[in-house]
Amino acid sequence: MKLKKWLAALLSAGMLLGLAVPAFAAQEELLVDVSDDYDWTRFANDNITLNVYNWGQYIADGTEGSIDVIQEFEKLTGIKVAYLNYDTNESLYAKMSSGGADFDVIVPSDYMIGKMVREGMLAKLNYDNIPNAAGVGEQYLHQSYDPNDEYTVPYTWGVVGIIYNTTMVDEEVTSWDIMWDPYYTGEVLMFNNSRDAFAIAAKKLGMSLNPQTEEEINIIAEELKTQKMVVQAYVMDEIFDKMGGEEAAIAPYYAGDAITMIADNPNLAFAIPKEGTNYFVDAMCIPASSKKKEAAEMFINFMCETEVAAANCDFIGYSTPIQEVWEQLDDEIKYSPIAYPSAEVLKNTETFEVLDDDINQKMDQAWSMMKSYTEGGSGWMILAFLIAAVALNIFVLWRKYHKKKRDNY
Amino acid sequence: MQKAYLCLIFSFFYLPIAVMAAFSFNESKSRTVFTGFTFKWYVDLFHNQRILDALWLSLGLAVVAATIATIVGTMAAIGINAMRKTPRAIINNISYLPVVNPEIITGVSLMLLFVVGKQGLTNLNGWFSQMGWGIRVPEEIFGLPTLVIAHVTFCLPYVIFNVSPKLRQMDIRLYEAALDLGCNPRQAFFKVVLPEITPAVLSAFLISLTYSIDDFIISYFSSGNMQTLPISIYSMTRRKVSPEVYALSTVMFLVILSIILITNAADSRQYKKEQRGDKA
Repeated sequence: MKLKKWLAALLSAGMLLGLAVPAFAAQEELLVDVSDDYDWTRFANDNITLNVYNWGQYIADGTEGSIDVIQEFEKLTGIKVAYLNYDTNESLYAKMSSGGADFDVIVPSDYMIGKMVREGMLAKLNYDNIPNAAGVGEQYLHQSYDPNDEYTVPYTWGVVGIIYNTTMVDEEVTSWDIMWDPYYTGEVLMFNNSRDAFAIAAKKLGMSLNPQTEEEINIIAEELKTQKMVVQAYVMDEIFDKMGGEEAAIAPYYAGDAITMIADNPNLAFAIPKEGTNYFVDAMCIPASSKKKEAAEMFINFMCETEVAAANCDFIGYSTPIQEVWEQLDDEIKYSPIAYPSAEVLKNTETFEVLDDDINQKMDQAWSMMKSYTEGGSGWMILAFLIAAVALNIFVLWRKYHKKKRDNY
Repeated sequence: MQKAYLCLIFSFFYLPIAVMAAFSFNESKSRTVFTGFTFKWYVDLFHNQRILDALWLSLGLAVVAATIATIVGTMAAIGINAMRKTPRAIINNISYLPVVNPEIITGVSLMLLFVVGKQGLTNLNGWFSQMGWGIRVPEEIFGLPTLVIAHVTFCLPYVIFNVSPKLRQMDIRLYEAALDLGCNPRQAFFKVVLPEITPAVLSAFLISLTYSIDDFIISYFSSGNMQTLPISIYSMTRRKVSPEVYALSTVMFLVILSIILITNAADSRQYKKEQRGDKA
């Protein structure tokens, strides 16, 4: 009985808190300036909810002194936004094709856009409803995944480069070769997914990061094998902490995050290798299944508003494709070779494209072969566990048998 | 020796939580170096509408699903208990299956069922309009409805297996005596049976509540356009899990800890009172 009372008290306390939270977020005036010549309120009375599906931590959300841009959009337009997150392009794709959800705005990366366009999953945008898309710099348009700019409005972009610790690396880093240098054995981190790792090795060899034949894959896999003895660990976002905590000297990472890391630990530096690298774009799209396309276009237009895009760019740390936002940046970041590398450097980059299924499969196979190559042990471990389990079983049976005999006795 | 062993066990239990709590006060986002003490993640947490929405969704869903599961499950347990031996054994085994069944299978099959169900509802609406009837059933079931159904589904077995033993322990003659003394079956149930099994029903409710808040895999497949707390935390992993999540987890841990401490204190006070009463 007591328990019930406490439960009731807890629940009511929870509800009170629930009431209190929106209360101190309810200021009505807009925190961003938006263009006046756009009819923002035409859906205000239609009771629309937009389902926006974006990467986690990939929008200014009101924390760390940023503006909550979604709240601003809701205030401005009267459209409700259900904002959801995904963690990989593949889980976005899975969720979209399972039929279990409908989304109105999604933000896939380059190669996934290509795949979705090919499979007819995206709707052609009506750019009359997105006048702000004109603010996107010319150099960010006509990408291979959407050559005629029919489906996408770029959201962020960046390049992969080498982040290194200047106290451990004396030479100037200019090439991917350093990640193969035996001098740094045990100090190098490498991407732990096949596509990104193959891209680095391919670039080191001066090849395309979109291999077309099995031969190419084998050559790249061989290169990765030779790197293996130098690599301390295959990781993804642990790179943040390992580099920040000076546990490793060299790692590949995304330029936008590198800036954050350098701000936290000034010993770190970033370089874009001369052989070229991966250039990635995350762009806003509308799925073909969306039933609120015009409202979704309004959302995309809002995200391209200079102040909104600036808030996002500031929060995420990735580079913005909106020209006006770039012009407003501090000189330090505006001309930063990390965030906005020169056209010359960019010319030497390549985006991921969709690979054929069998090439993908070959790559995954070669990758797991490479990883299990000298990692020996793991196979033996399974055998050891098996033997231990069998031994345990025999022991238990033997004991039971003896007990039975004793009991009978 | 005994104490050292106990310490070891408890450090296994609580060290991870302690580390997380410590890092929720860390000035920087780093997960390795502690740069300074701050409450800012706690402040940020209450400004992060996204995390809070997910939290309220998870809590609300847990309460609703646990309540439904407890009621339905208790009724099922009573029904099963009244059966003869063989059918009872069969039904018990069948209802135990979802517990041992891997969650991923439950999740995928529920999703399939919901997709089919959605199509069915669309067809039904088409048929309605063909017949010229003005009625329509809602088609957009993905989201809250599917989440509630899924959570009730996986909570049910736990409720049944919590309540059944208590029912078996109960002296059936109590119920018969109540009937003899003039109760009708409904009165007998509410006045005699229910008070007898209340502790089991309550603990079933609490277990359902925690399982529901906890669940990731099944929710992931049936959530549609909703995101529960575990899903929304998981989705942060492309970049970094923000320290606000550590702060949130610490708060949740403290709330649960204090509930347990308070209920235990209340129980032991009650127990002492009863003992004193017995003596007097």
